Amino acid sequence: MAESDNIVVETAEKIFADLADPQTINNDKKNSWQAPLWQALSEAGLPLSWVPDDLGGSGASLADGFALLNAAGRFAVAVPLAETMLAGWLLAQAKITSPEGEMTVLPASPRDRITLDADGALSGRARGVPFAKAAKHFAVLAHGKDGVCIALVDAGKGRIESGLNVGYDHSDTVTLDKVQPVTIKAAPDGVDQTSLMLMGGVARSLQIAGALEAMLDISVRYSNERVAFEKKISKFQAVQHNLARLAGESAAALAAATSAADAIANAKSFDDAVYLEAASAKIRCAEAAEKGGAIAHQVHGAIGFTIEHILHRYSLRALAWRDDFGSESHWAVELGKLVASRGADELWPLVASR
Amino acid sequence: MTAALRFDPIRLPEKCEQLRKEVRAFLAEEIAAGTFDPHKPNREDTDAPEFSRRVGAKGWLGMTWPKKYGGQERSFLERYVVTEEMRVANAPTRRFFVADRQSGPVLIKYAPEHIKMDILPRICRGEICFAIGMSEPNSGSDLFAAKTRATKTDGGYLINGTKIWTSSAHIADYMIAIFRTSPPTKENRRHGLTQFLVKMKQPGIQVNPIGQITGQYEFNEVVFTDFFVPEDHVLGEVDGAWKQATSELAYERSGPERFLETYYVLTELVRAVGPNPDTRSAEGIGRLVAQLHTMRRMSVSVAGMLQAGKEPVVEASIVKDIGTVWEQQLPHRVRDLAAFVEETATNRETLEQQLDFAIKTAPKLTIQGGTTEVLRGIIARGLGLR
Repeated sequence: MAESDNIVVETAEKIFADLADPQTINNDKKNSWQAPLWQALSEAGLPLSWVPDDLGGSGASLADGFALLNAAGRFAVAVPLAETMLAGWLLAQAKITSPEGEMTVLPASPRDRITLDADGALSGRARGVPFAKAAKHFAVLAHGKDGVCIALVDAGKGRIESGLNVGYDHSDTVTLDKVQPVTIKAAPDGVDQTSLMLMGGVARSLQIAGALEAMLDISVRYSNERVAFEKKISKFQAVQHNLARLAGESAAALAAATSAADAIANAKSFDDAVYLEAASAKIRCAEAAEKGGAIAHQVHGAIGFTIEHILHRYSLRALAWRDDFGSESHWAVELGKLVASRGADELWPLVASR
Repeated sequence: MTAALRFDPIRLPEKCEQLRKEVRAFLAEEIAAGTFDPHKPNREDTDAPEFSRRVGAKGWLGMTWPKKYGGQERSFLERYVVTEEMRVANAPTRRFFVADRQSGPVLIKYAPEHIKMDILPRICRGEICFAIGMSEPNSGSDLFAAKTRATKTDGGYLINGTKIWTSSAHIADYMIAIFRTSPPTKENRRHGLTQFLVKMKQPGIQVNPIGQITGQYEFNEVVFTDFFVPEDHVLGEVDGAWKQATSELAYERSGPERFLETYYVLTELVRAVGPNPDTRSAEGIGRLVAQLHTMRRMSVSVAGMLQAGKEPVVEASIVKDIGTVWEQQLPHRVRDLAAFVEETATNRETLEQQLDFAIKTAPKLTIQGGTTEVLRGIIARGLGLR
């Protein structure tokens, strides 16, 4: 597990360790863990990490915020931390002050579109919106006739159909029907629906990488405890090789996700290089979630398939996070089209530019 | 927590990009002059002595070595750039690559000064070729099972036995090999092996070619019969070679050559599908590019660790494991996608020829330089399982 080397991550890890212990959460069938966790995160200013001081946030750097999301993945945190951070980031792009409380972003899929009508109202449907039901506000990216806008919307104005993702977290359909936003402003140049999806995709990539680190960790620990055929199962070569593959998938996910985060944190705009990094991270992390999660379950045997065990908190969330902000299939097609349109002789220069 | 695996997002410094331009320009000139055809990976490129000399003249061999030995004292990251550009262009690097990657660094660490002064500058000038004598009949990845004996005699050692799978032995001027100087002990089965510098092309060494399923001739059986090696050709500690041999491996295992060996088929596929691919082709290409990019980022990250003086043995093993499995699968994935390429694609014939060769090459990729199974054992050890 990566050592925390910045104050934002240290603060978060302490809160997660105290209030988001996976075993405690797993045993708590009433979800009474959620409120104290959210309160502690909010008091530490973490949900608005990416919002500057003058817009109501705590003004952490993009890099620190990304590291925080990776830490959240290591605890498989299931409160709208990533979503509120993304919403705050989006609003800050248009210099809109962030309100207090839980937020999420619309749309959460590259295929959905919210439009801005001539009378200033927002309409459209967004599917698979994480934590919409828990949100007090939505940060919305909308398309008007004069271009892209960013709006703050009171969540109560939207129609929400509840849904659950494969990890049992809320993933809802939100319909806006001529909703008047609280605030709306033009998006700055270079911020559009694709940038939002890339930001969201990198956030999910970091969470998946964190979950895989945790899955590797608990799988190694379990293999050193569980005895079968009179040996610790960690002594069986087949188990060792499976865990070595899990380590590889975890390492690949972490490398792809942190590289993409680093690319965004240091880029002036969402250019081709950032596109390559962010799309690749989502694709590779989703693949790692599938392969790595399967191995973690294999190592655990039947016990890891039970609701009492914490493994599913990581494995199912990692699988669910694949779907948000564009699946790996979506990004693979888009990346493939980009590569093809640039031509064969430009492929290596693109890859080598990173 | 168990797994402290980190792959920090190291970026290549600006001077690497300048160097990359120089390498690309050089390779373009070589291609234009007909030295090699980047679209034909299936040629015999073991003997391209003039090309080696020109690469040496550019200062691109022994780049990281001390200047007094003919090196340039440049960074691992700069060397990394040269390696990947050569690999991607399908340049004929076989003659100098082993010396540059492994043999030179071993000599710098373990050879007597007069040998360093003699040999290293010649490597840097691209004049000499090295082979590595590790595997033996019935040993392979099990290095400690090596039996070829080095028996102490007046002023040196007499070598008797056989090395096998020795790439480039037929053109090599030198081999760095491990021989058994004493039996393994009960406590330590790694004990008793010693590393030697062997001058090839002398009486007492017979090199027998072994054909490969690709149709190429690359590796050999090397038979030693009362072959004399002088005392000062012992490299490092007598009986202690296992430690030296394993620390070399991070260099051998994490470089760009460990995921780019079949890369050419991907470029050719992109050429064949053209600028407006159907959804299936686009998705297939997108995934492969994402995987390639991720592996390269991991590999660059390990190069950064090596530059920082670390010994990332586990990380390097992970890169080789994932990288070689990927380059092994790549021709098969490209073949899947190529099935839907238009018959009229202008490069269709080239793509098919490349696929034929890449598919034949693929089985060796997870064997050379440490098998996947051995690598996974090393990774498992790093995870605390062994």
